[in-house]
Amino acid sequence: MVAWTDFERVTIKDIFSKIDYEVVGPAAISRCLIVYPWTQRYFAGFGNLYNAAAITSNPKVAAHGKVVMQGLEKAVKNMDNIKATFTELSTLHSEKLQVDPDNFMLLGDCLAIVVAAQLGKDFSPEVHAAFQKFLAVVVSSLRRQYY
Amino acid sequence: MRSDNAEAERDNTSAERSTSTRCFLQAATMLSKREKDLIKEIWERLTPVAAEIGADALLRMFASYPGTKTYFSHLDISPNSSHLLAHGKKIVLAIAEGAQDISQLTVTLAPLQTLHAYQLRIDPRNFKLLSHSMLVSLACYLGDEFTPVAHAAMDKYLSAFAAVLAEKYR
Repeated sequence: MVAWTDFERVTIKDIFSKIDYEVVGPAAISRCLIVYPWTQRYFAGFGNLYNAAAITSNPKVAAHGKVVMQGLEKAVKNMDNIKATFTELSTLHSEKLQVDPDNFMLLGDCLAIVVAAQLGKDFSPEVHAAFQKFLAVVVSSLRRQYY
Repeated sequence: MRSDNAEAERDNTSAERSTSTRCFLQAATMLSKREKDLIKEIWERLTPVAAEIGADALLRMFASYPGTKTYFSHLDISPNSSHLLAHGKKIVLAIAEGAQDISQLTVTLAPLQTLHAYQLRIDPRNFKLLSHSMLVSLACYLGDEFTPVAHAAMDKYLSAFAAVLAEKYR
């Protein structure tokens, strides 16, 4: 059981109410594919990922970004049981998609940076820390079903 | 504290490049001219607000990764403290100086390498934590201007910087 402070609960819900999923999701995924190009290995079927411009304008990348945000929203709605919420997704990433779990935090870091750019000064060190903790819990839950 | 003799002996006997030097050389050569110019330009722009950016990055790191605070028991690291601002400024100015000529990073950072290896002995895993916190500070400060391309270049530069800093550790 993760112990969330009141501040963390309020902050996480507040962040997710403020950000535009249609913008943040695609931006985070494309940043991940651009900044850490080896992550492209999991997206061979996505078409043109040749350079930053191609990745940013790729519709499959954008669509996947939204899927990721919807997944994260489930965690926001179930903060007291993120582990159980992501059991199936964890199995999927492990057995079917075969994603190296060390990559999860790469996407997490890109998401932090995109949210930071969106919220500017509102993304204070304390708000940022709450978000990093949330990401760490999500990543840990996604790692759980790997063996 | 290691003796000067020991340091000289280590330098003389390390005929093979260390892994971190190899990583640095790879990272530095993988920075295109455009990326190096971009990095230099960004840090030149941030030099006037070095204290603000540096303190912000440190505060983020302390909040997100509390273990990092253990290296600062001798300073007042509360928000807006003079210690925090001075230290943040020092760090940002060093990063900015390195950005002036990335190919000379090992030369520019030589004194800091010695400091970190023999005196500060900060576990190099923490360098990644400060680098990430620095990137978030840049994102907050620059907003959309911190494009994916700039982000990628900056991440590579900070990785190279950290690798060089850790070079004399062992």
